[in-house]
Amino acid sequence: MTTQPQGPSQSEEKIGVYVCHCGSNIAGTVDVAEVREWAGQRLAGRGVTVARDYKFMCSSLGQELIEKDIKEQGLSRVVVAACSPHLHEGTFRTACGRAGLNPYLCELVSIREQVSWVHTDKHAATDKAKAVVSGGVERVRHHVPLVPLRVAIHPDTLVVGGGIAGIQAALELADAGKKVYLVERDPSIGGHMAQFDKTFPTLDCAACILTPRMVSAGNHPNITLLTWSEVTEVHGYVGNFTVKIRQRARHVKTELCTGCGICQEKCPKKVIDDVYEAGLGYRKAVYTPFPQAVPKYPVIDVENCTYFRKGTCRACEKLCPTGAIDFAQKDEVLTVQVGNIILATGYDLFDPQRVTQYGYGRLANVFTSLEFERLTNAAGPTNGAIVLRDGKTVPKSVGIIHCVGSRDRNFNNYCSAICCMQSLKFAHLVKERTGATVYNFYIDIRTTAKAYDEFYQRVLEEGTLFVRGRVAEVTDAARLPGEEGKLILQVEDTLAGKQRRIPVDKVVLSAGLQPRADAKATAQVFGLSCSADGWFIEKHPKLDPVATMTEGVFIAGCVSGPKDIPASVAQGSAAAARVLSTIDKGEITLEPVRASINATQCSGCRICNTLCPFGAISFLEADRVSEVNPALCQGCGTCVAACPAGAISGTGFSNDQVLSQIEGLLMLNVAYA
Amino acid sequence: MTQYLFYPGCAMESSARAYAASLASVAKTLDLDLAEVKDWNCCGATEYLGINLIPAYALIGRNLALAAQQAKQQNGAGAHTLVASCSACYLNLAKADHYMAERPVLGDRVNEALAAGGLGYKPGTLKIRHLLDVLINDIGLDKVREKVTRPLHGLRVAPYLGCMVPRPDYDKRWSDYEQPDELDRLLRALGAEVIDFPLKSECCGGHMPQISPNTAFELIRRLLQGADQYKADLIVTVCPMCQMNLDAYQDETNRHFHTHYRLPTVFFTQVMGLAFGADPEALGFGSEIVDARPALGRIQTTPVASGPVGARPRAKAEGLPMPGRRPEERER
Repeated sequence: MTTQPQGPSQSEEKIGVYVCHCGSNIAGTVDVAEVREWAGQRLAGRGVTVARDYKFMCSSLGQELIEKDIKEQGLSRVVVAACSPHLHEGTFRTACGRAGLNPYLCELVSIREQVSWVHTDKHAATDKAKAVVSGGVERVRHHVPLVPLRVAIHPDTLVVGGGIAGIQAALELADAGKKVYLVERDPSIGGHMAQFDKTFPTLDCAACILTPRMVSAGNHPNITLLTWSEVTEVHGYVGNFTVKIRQRARHVKTELCTGCGICQEKCPKKVIDDVYEAGLGYRKAVYTPFPQAVPKYPVIDVENCTYFRKGTCRACEKLCPTGAIDFAQKDEVLTVQVGNIILATGYDLFDPQRVTQYGYGRLANVFTSLEFERLTNAAGPTNGAIVLRDGKTVPKSVGIIHCVGSRDRNFNNYCSAICCMQSLKFAHLVKERTGATVYNFYIDIRTTAKAYDEFYQRVLEEGTLFVRGRVAEVTDAARLPGEEGKLILQVEDTLAGKQRRIPVDKVVLSAGLQPRADAKATAQVFGLSCSADGWFIEKHPKLDPVATMTEGVFIAGCVSGPKDIPASVAQGSAAAARVLSTIDKGEITLEPVRASINATQCSGCRICNTLCPFGAISFLEADRVSEVNPALCQGCGTCVAACPAGAISGTGFSNDQVLSQIEGLLMLNVAYA
Repeated sequence: MTQYLFYPGCAMESSARAYAASLASVAKTLDLDLAEVKDWNCCGATEYLGINLIPAYALIGRNLALAAQQAKQQNGAGAHTLVASCSACYLNLAKADHYMAERPVLGDRVNEALAAGGLGYKPGTLKIRHLLDVLINDIGLDKVREKVTRPLHGLRVAPYLGCMVPRPDYDKRWSDYEQPDELDRLLRALGAEVIDFPLKSECCGGHMPQISPNTAFELIRRLLQGADQYKADLIVTVCPMCQMNLDAYQDETNRHFHTHYRLPTVFFTQVMGLAFGADPEALGFGSEIVDARPALGRIQTTPVASGPVGARPRAKAEGLPMPGRRPEERER
């Protein structure tokens, strides 16, 4: 049986086929000359009027080949057989555009990623390349000229999360003269960095470098700081987001409060501070988390405040010199318009109680890394004294366990990136302040960034002991003389090749980083996707690390995976730069790859409404049909596949285009055999 | 009332008669209906699986087949649950059920062997559970608390679960592999002071006393030292083998290491019976080698002062706060 190619009549289109060698990337496995010759002869009947091969189609000379043919031979369609469209679709479309052909009449088919790189048999690979080219030719015949969408950009930006990444992004934008809403869930901005004492590898004081930035963000005329607030709803699309922010009642009138701190001093209710002090210290029921908090205004913790629980006390109200306490304050919902959103919501510390064999929560002198940060902090619960849980005994030996909850099949497979350097920093601080013997229990030492390995060398020279091996157990069950009253680390020393029992006074667990407990809910609010681990997914892990698949929503810092401070700051700046470029253009160009619904075929079943991951489809009650908002639609095709009536078609992925491409692919063994 | 099929195992009729007697008493108090599997045989304990796999599984499989048959006849609501009191029996039964399903060839071979006696077992037919699991999760601690007439105030007990109950935990029934807290909670419900026994799921040596006594003595010594470190009056166990090793080999272990431990080791059902007001003699107290009766003298009539219930544990008033427990633990 012979299948005749279907489609528009044979004489209509003039198609140029260009086969790229990509050096030896393609030509090493595919006989490109044969593909070119075959396409020129056998596909002539399908409209191919010119076929060429070239060493690098993406080079200027390669692009000029196409442009010249369009002008001189009047090509109406172009097929380039080269690499993945992810890489050079834009290049060849632009080349066509320069020669006066609508860019969307160009089709890039991949014979590198999908052919030469995955095959070794040259003959078979060449045949497959021919099939792929044939598919492209059939497909391109159904292409239609398209015009990119243009959307106006609102110049204001929403930054969610007031850690160092969010602060950086907000300051960059504000300094460039753009208005920013900086939303933070806690009473103060500062994030995890505000909890630290020293930062590696330079050992400069975290607060000293962070607080000036916090103050700038707090005072900046272009930044509207919304602390004790959360984003509840996001509607709209790139350039035109409408955001609802719930501002929780502080129960303190900020216009009257001077930040004098008398309320905190007089409040009789002491509460364990699980956030800022990592559970190791106390705060009052009315509090600012730390002295340098921005803004300076305290909040009343309604769950613990005696007045809210029992209706009595009111000590803060009575003693406030400016009468700023207001128990009647209610939550407020703010609605703001922004053009872009930067998410910098950070991370949670892995809960080491899940690793029961390390005894955290059971054995008093096992600490988490964040607890230890607070211990070493001069403003922390012990004023920087490194002591045991009893609050006074200085340890004579300390064991630091790396990779707790990271690189572990039972918990998180990934490396948390910061723990090696953090553990080295801890080792240094313990040595410096107590002179104790310090053991680091590690799997691998990963000190990859600038000046990190030098710091490792320094800690080695200071006499910290390193034991390579994952600790099996931390126990207080003494077995040998000298172990009584100690914590014993049972570990296989993989360099010495033997089991060791090392008794110490104190154990620090370098717990890994993990996504925020509510990361999935946040992703839903902002229309983003999470990886299996729960980190937000970048548009491209290497080449577009701060953009997301949702236009106008950017990510910075640990929200997309574990990062240290320099990397988080760099991402904050990068996200701001991306936003600035769209604001300054005034409008944004969007790929016209969009779904559209044929209203006459739509049954109004609304299946597509809930499936759309971008919330782009709404139901028109009056007409009983669904409609796609082209600015929101990202062209993913979910609705196209799901529509039971076949009423939805994706621009650039119409049934005609996809089916004829398949037909073209299959013709090799039938029509051209 | 739910009826459970019960597989007692050999030890209950010999070395662990105190377990059998106290279980009978406790079961009566708690209305726990245990129907013994008729014509059961030895489970093969720890050794047989190490020698010859198919006959070993067939030996266990026969018990499963008999139990399943009996379950079918009785057809009660809970009759598909097979309860074992001995940890080794529990693990062997669970293991056979699990591997007969996971490795169909093994399942077929075992069934071939069983067919010679006119029996057969389809893996998954029975839910195999340990007695402690049933007491905690089916009977419940509220009912246990209700029945306590003589709380064990002042008695410091080391909860010792042994290695075979929480691992490998095919059905995810236990709170943790390393530090399961089920026995702690039960003993606390009886009013006893429960020490945070770090070795609660360590090995007692199993049958090592017969094969390699020195290895066994070291394992026993560690457990005794651990319980002694926390000044426990009593080690409470759920397994006849653990009880036997800690009790019967304690003197020899002391001789071997020149130590002087005297830690009575009893079954959890014995201390339950005690709290329920039963006569200690009838519960088998006195049959152990390291006499537990002097320890029982420490039971006081009034509760020993301790921190407020549910309060966050503090290391010391002036010290740093301890981390909060996991939410799921807090609920309990």
